Amino acid sequence: MSNLFIPNPKEAESIHILREVAAQFEKPVLLFSGGKDSITLVRLAQKAFYPARIPFPLLHIDTGHNFPETIAFRDQLVEELGLELIVRNVQDSIDQGKVTEERGRYASRNTLQTTTLLDAIEEFKFDACIGGARRDEEKARAKERVFSVRDDFGQWDEKNQRPELFDMLNGKIHQGQNVRVFPISNWTELDVWEYIKNEDMKIPSIYFAHKREVFFRDGMVWTANQHVYRDNSEEVVERMVRFRTVGDMTCTAAVLSDADTLEAVVDEIRLSTISERGARIDDKRSEAAMEKRKKVGYF
Amino acid sequence: MESAKSARVNKSKMAENRKLIKIATAGSVDDGKSTLIGRLLYDTGSLTSDKLEAIERNSKQRGYDYLDFSLATDGLVAEREQGITIDVAHIYFNTDKTNFIVADTPGHVEYTRNMVTGASTSQVAIILIDARKGVIEQTYRHFFISNLLRLSHVVVAVNKMDLVDYDEEVYLKIKSDFEELVAKSDFSTDQITFIPISALKGENVSQKSDLMNWYIGNTLLDHLEVLEPADLQESSAARFPVQFVIRPKTEAYHDFRGFAGKVYGGNLKKGDSITVLPSLTTSKIKAIHFFEKEVEEAAIGSSITITLEDEVNVSRGDTIVKNSDLPKSEKLISATICQVNAKPLKVGDKYTLQHGVNRVLAKVESIQGRIHTDFSGEEATDQLKLNDIGQVTFKLSKAIHFDSYKQNKSTGSFILIDEGSYDTVSVGFIN
Ligand SMILES: Nc1nc2c(ncn2[C@@H]2O[C@H](COP(=O)(O)OP(=O)(O)OP(=O)(O)O)[C@@H](O)[C@H]2O)c(=O)[nH]1
Ligand SMILES: [Mg+2]
Repeated sequence: MSNLFIPNPKEAESIHILREVAAQFEKPVLLFSGGKDSITLVRLAQKAFYPARIPFPLLHIDTGHNFPETIAFRDQLVEELGLELIVRNVQDSIDQGKVTEERGRYASRNTLQTTTLLDAIEEFKFDACIGGARRDEEKARAKERVFSVRDDFGQWDEKNQRPELFDMLNGKIHQGQNVRVFPISNWTELDVWEYIKNEDMKIPSIYFAHKREVFFRDGMVWTANQHVYRDNSEEVVERMVRFRTVGDMTCTAAVLSDADTLEAVVDEIRLSTISERGARIDDKRSEAAMEKRKKVGYF
Repeated sequence: MESAKSARVNKSKMAENRKLIKIATAGSVDDGKSTLIGRLLYDTGSLTSDKLEAIERNSKQRGYDYLDFSLATDGLVAEREQGITIDVAHIYFNTDKTNFIVADTPGHVEYTRNMVTGASTSQVAIILIDARKGVIEQTYRHFFISNLLRLSHVVVAVNKMDLVDYDEEVYLKIKSDFEELVAKSDFSTDQITFIPISALKGENVSQKSDLMNWYIGNTLLDHLEVLEPADLQESSAARFPVQFVIRPKTEAYHDFRGFAGKVYGGNLKKGDSITVLPSLTTSKIKAIHFFEKEVEEAAIGSSITITLEDEVNVSRGDTIVKNSDLPKSEKLISATICQVNAKPLKVGDKYTLQHGVNRVLAKVESIQGRIHTDFSGEEATDQLKLNDIGQVTFKLSKAIHFDSYKQNKSTGSFILIDEGSYDTVSVGFIN
């Protein structure tokens, strides 16, 4: 037994938030992407409710274009921790004619996810969706609340957000509304990586340097794969790469890297001069890409 | 484009063991708050190359011959269009010694509530003053709020010194005007620091200015790094509001009943004699759990789970305290209220009052008055409008167990939730 426990303030805050979710909502769900942020959320939720089980299921919106390593990791984590996992597929939304597959050079299923997510929220009547977004990721995210109220259409009213004072969270909502909850709002990318290292957490293998078939476009490293559009002029080469974020293949660029241990990854992040979102092809679409997507109900 | 002052490269050290300082910006519209934060990000090497490129591109598009650093924090389309901050942005950066969280708040009067919100989670305020304009109404107001929130330090940054030829006289005049306000507040003079800067040109931000040799103090960044905000060590009486009751109902933990919450005001120890409020039942702390570990003692700020020696009935909203230090318990409370919603607060109005994680119903008994934020007293009123600050008495459906805000920021504050819209409409500081 150790003597005096001194908390990590960011971890303590996140646990506090997760407990408020469990107490204030009837049907919360944790949006699980298989990425490092949602894996961190799962660890924080374990800590918040231990020795009881995490009192809400995980929901994965599967674009069908995920890295197979991520899916394998997801299934193993769920199995080990005895969690409930719900999967809803973007392919089904396409088949039902609710969304149309994008075409051309920058085709991605990333924005299509929103429809599948909103349908799942309605299907299960979820009133709180816990997400791993951080305010340091992007300038529109920096304006986000911890409890962010969405209307029936999942929309974010950025100019009319509830003020959040001290650590008091107001999760009162009307029928049909729901709340997006961001427990690691105040963490930076480096905080997450150091936490993963200190906690010795498992993460999908694609976060570590590995050999991969890639091609170069617009100064970014793209995965060469049947899901990713490529010109004949874009030559495929094999390189040592790793991923800094894990999303849909079509919108997640790799970085050239030799970092094959957690220590090496943390060092690389610390010295990095480009932001995590700098490797997100979806954010490069326009200056206000994120704000636009958030307004219509994106994660 | 203006050439970059050399960036402080600081990425080599571990973020662990750095102290955490939380700062809010304040000051009137266009005083340069966002520009200053952007400059701090730039000078500490915290702007990644892709973000910097975006700022360069944008500044050029707008026809500026300098880098508009406010673009680093003004993230909403409406903000960029109007060139003002509308909502609080939370910004993170670090130096070798310190992790900073900055709430960049709007200066516009209409958004004063956002300044209150941003400052509520901060220890330090940087109040900017435009050197050309001097101490104006928003300066009073924001300093008053810093005082009301009992922030531990205020930095008065006299900005845009480049537009007044770096003139010491201008700075001294503003300093002495501001000192008159300080004398009327609860702050002591060692909690207030004055620094003349140019956020745009980077003078005295992280680099000592050659153009203001008459100023002998620290640069802003050096000053922020050496601050030791008092509430980091804040210690009064231990309070443990119960958020959630943990009952695993598994074989291994069949009889486990843990009370999950966060520790405020003072440490909790195994074996402490405690009282549960409101039931007033007593027991002892049997164990303190943090995930798979058991610990002897939990420091302030810990999110832990405790078990008690006896089978005591405890539910969410109850507060566990040490026997030796009971809080006040009352159904009639008076508080300083800041109205953060457009719907005014009137005598007779009913609200849900959320005190920490506990909720009761509250009725406005009386409004003693609206407070002048220039420290000149108060005036009678029958309602508090958006951004007003006033003294209000409430009658509650059930007693709450509280401390004064002076003693404990967490158990001494509350929010009011409108019964119709469910919006958070006011914040209260208990007298
Ligand atoms: N000359 C000069 N201009 C400055 C300085 N600091 C800021 N500015 C300019 O002042 C204008 C307003 O700056 P902002 O940083 O947006 O002001 P703000 O205080 O954040 O404004 P709000 O958030 O809307 O209250 C911009 O045009 C800046 O370029 C300075 O030190 N010198
Ligand atoms: Mg601003």
